[in-house]
Amino acid sequence: MSTAEPIVSAAPQTLFDKLWALHEVEPEAVDRPALIYIDLHLIHEVTSPQAFAELSRRGLSVRRPDRTYGTIDHSTPTTPVAEDGSRNWVSSDAEHQVATLRSNCKAWGIALEDWDSQRRGIVHVMGPELGLTRPGMTIVCGDSHTSTHGAFGAIAFGIGTTEVGHVLATQCLMQRKPKTMAIEIDGPLAPGVDAKDVVLHVIGQIGVGGGRGHAIEFCGSTVRAMSMEQRMTLCNMSIEAGARCGLVAPDQTTFDYLQGRRYAPSGEAWEQAQRHWRALVSDADAVYDSHVRINARDIAPTLSWGVHPGQVMAVDAHTPASPDADQRRGLRYMGFGAGDAAIGRPVQVVFVGSCTNGRLSDLRQVASLLRGRRVHPSVRMLVVPGSAQVKRDAEAEGLDRIFIEAGAQWREPGCSMCIAMNGDLVAPGELAVSTSNRNFEGRQGPGSRTILASPLTAAACAIAGRITDPRDYLQEAAA
Amino acid sequence: MRTPFSRLVSKTMVIDQSDIDTDQIIPARFLTTTQREGLGKHCFADWRYQADGSPNPEFVFNHDDAAGAAILVAGANFGCGSSREHAPWALLDAGIRAVLAPSIADIFRNNALKNGLLALPVDESLYQRLLQRRGHAVEIDLQRQGIVLDDGTVALFELEPFLRRCLMEGSDDFDFLLARLPAIANFEGERAWTP
Ligand code: SF4
Repeated sequence: MSTAEPIVSAAPQTLFDKLWALHEVEPEAVDRPALIYIDLHLIHEVTSPQAFAELSRRGLSVRRPDRTYGTIDHSTPTTPVAEDGSRNWVSSDAEHQVATLRSNCKAWGIALEDWDSQRRGIVHVMGPELGLTRPGMTIVCGDSHTSTHGAFGAIAFGIGTTEVGHVLATQCLMQRKPKTMAIEIDGPLAPGVDAKDVVLHVIGQIGVGGGRGHAIEFCGSTVRAMSMEQRMTLCNMSIEAGARCGLVAPDQTTFDYLQGRRYAPSGEAWEQAQRHWRALVSDADAVYDSHVRINARDIAPTLSWGVHPGQVMAVDAHTPASPDADQRRGLRYMGFGAGDAAIGRPVQVVFVGSCTNGRLSDLRQVASLLRGRRVHPSVRMLVVPGSAQVKRDAEAEGLDRIFIEAGAQWREPGCSMCIAMNGDLVAPGELAVSTSNRNFEGRQGPGSRTILASPLTAAACAIAGRITDPRDYLQEAAA
Repeated sequence: MRTPFSRLVSKTMVIDQSDIDTDQIIPARFLTTTQREGLGKHCFADWRYQADGSPNPEFVFNHDDAAGAAILVAGANFGCGSSREHAPWALLDAGIRAVLAPSIADIFRNNALKNGLLALPVDESLYQRLLQRRGHAVEIDLQRQGIVLDDGTVALFELEPFLRRCLMEGSDDFDFLLARLPAIANFEGERAWTP
């Protein structure tokens, strides 16, 4: 199997099957996994240094620097550079880590979006924005939220550092083919409900281990109607259901998003690419290993109440009345009782950002509620754009003024409080409403408590200073 | 080259809790390192130490009878969350050689096996048995693909042949991949369309 001609096959195939076949250098056998070709390898400072060190130890080279692309995002400060050029590093280790990536990229001729770059961003915001992420690709990164890129009709998944080394050296990985799962979402989204609510609802339904061993294809009329930004939010969190990856078949929405982006093809190559991309759909009668159907009408603004993204509820619902042992642990950590309402609970921190919800469309949602209002005095609110491009676009629209006038902090792009390894922390015991993707114990700092929510819900909570139903503000606006 | 894994006999250490994520196994603030070594002291840091840095007496890592345990028994969906390979590095550095759980998250399992940490899903009945025999000796035999408890319970497990061979030889996929370079170059040359 070595050509990339469209697969002619009698049996109907899923999109995932087709993409997999297009990248099989050697198919799997009983005694060994398939050899899969990787089209795009994204790297960042945290999970790459040990891989480069392994390459040196073995005397190997980076095989395809042209298929490798770097950024700095995780351990970078989000406060501006000082007048003397110094930066607010959380530690010398963090600074050293970024310097290590810089020297590795320089040594191997790998493109790196560094401090001075107008294109730097969180790896999963930057890739799509630059048109590096395209339909039909295999994309990997030493980061679990690589699943985000599946929104473009790509196989995109996170790998560990050993595999980062494998891709650097060979541009290939040894992989067993996962099973396939369709998550079909149909119907219109209710006012105040966004992609984040959809995906939290889905994880609540299938569980944090529900996608284990599977590639999830999101389909159905709700998904078709979504923007690329919304599809990215959906695919971003497929890893929180334990899935190997998530994907959406490309369509006109995808092509319109990509056209004119820095690395997107142009001219005749653009026309040709679209012809290939249009074939990237699941066959009508393709069979998935499992199939989940969700009615969009059942989805309300959704929040997490516990310590993983499967412990969720509608914003106006109550925590489990008869919790099991795991739920009890989640409740206890979060300071909730069984059967409690979330609404009304005081909030100390609101974080808007991350690769889940740090794009321009997310910031617009937040600004739509904050315009002419104030962040509650008891709330510390950070708005952290997902990339330098998002920052520029937001400032061009005056969103930064809205945030600052409302009393929020407007920061430099990066992962920031999503992973809290750069010094942006939620203090022990504080409750944060966050547009990020993980509410694990201590994720936003030791002892921190995280409630995952959409940008709109986060904005509503910031204004009220407590957990609030964002629909209250929408009604107010409509009245 | 890692230490080949063929047979392990050890007492167990048990965390009977589902969905133990990689942020617990190694919190993100320890990820600024550029080394693989030295993470063992931070393994489960936020459960293992109290706010003042002293050991939390309630956490199993700090129990006297857990000293020297190389087998960690934990609840379903162990290792969910991030792709950080620092998680298996930290467990190995803390002396853990095998994790037995009813299910194990995909990326963690892959990372673990590539580092010689045997991450094995076990069925619910064996898990219950392991909970009952908490702290007792367990033998894991990779050659025979069997787990033997000290009460005589025997369970066989499946492990994909390629991974099993890598574990037993102490190798990883690197050499195999490098041997495939001609096929990879061929694939690149013959692709009709590159996305
Ligand atoms: S924003 Fe959060 S989830 Fe996304 S890449 Fe950064 S740390 Fe990971």
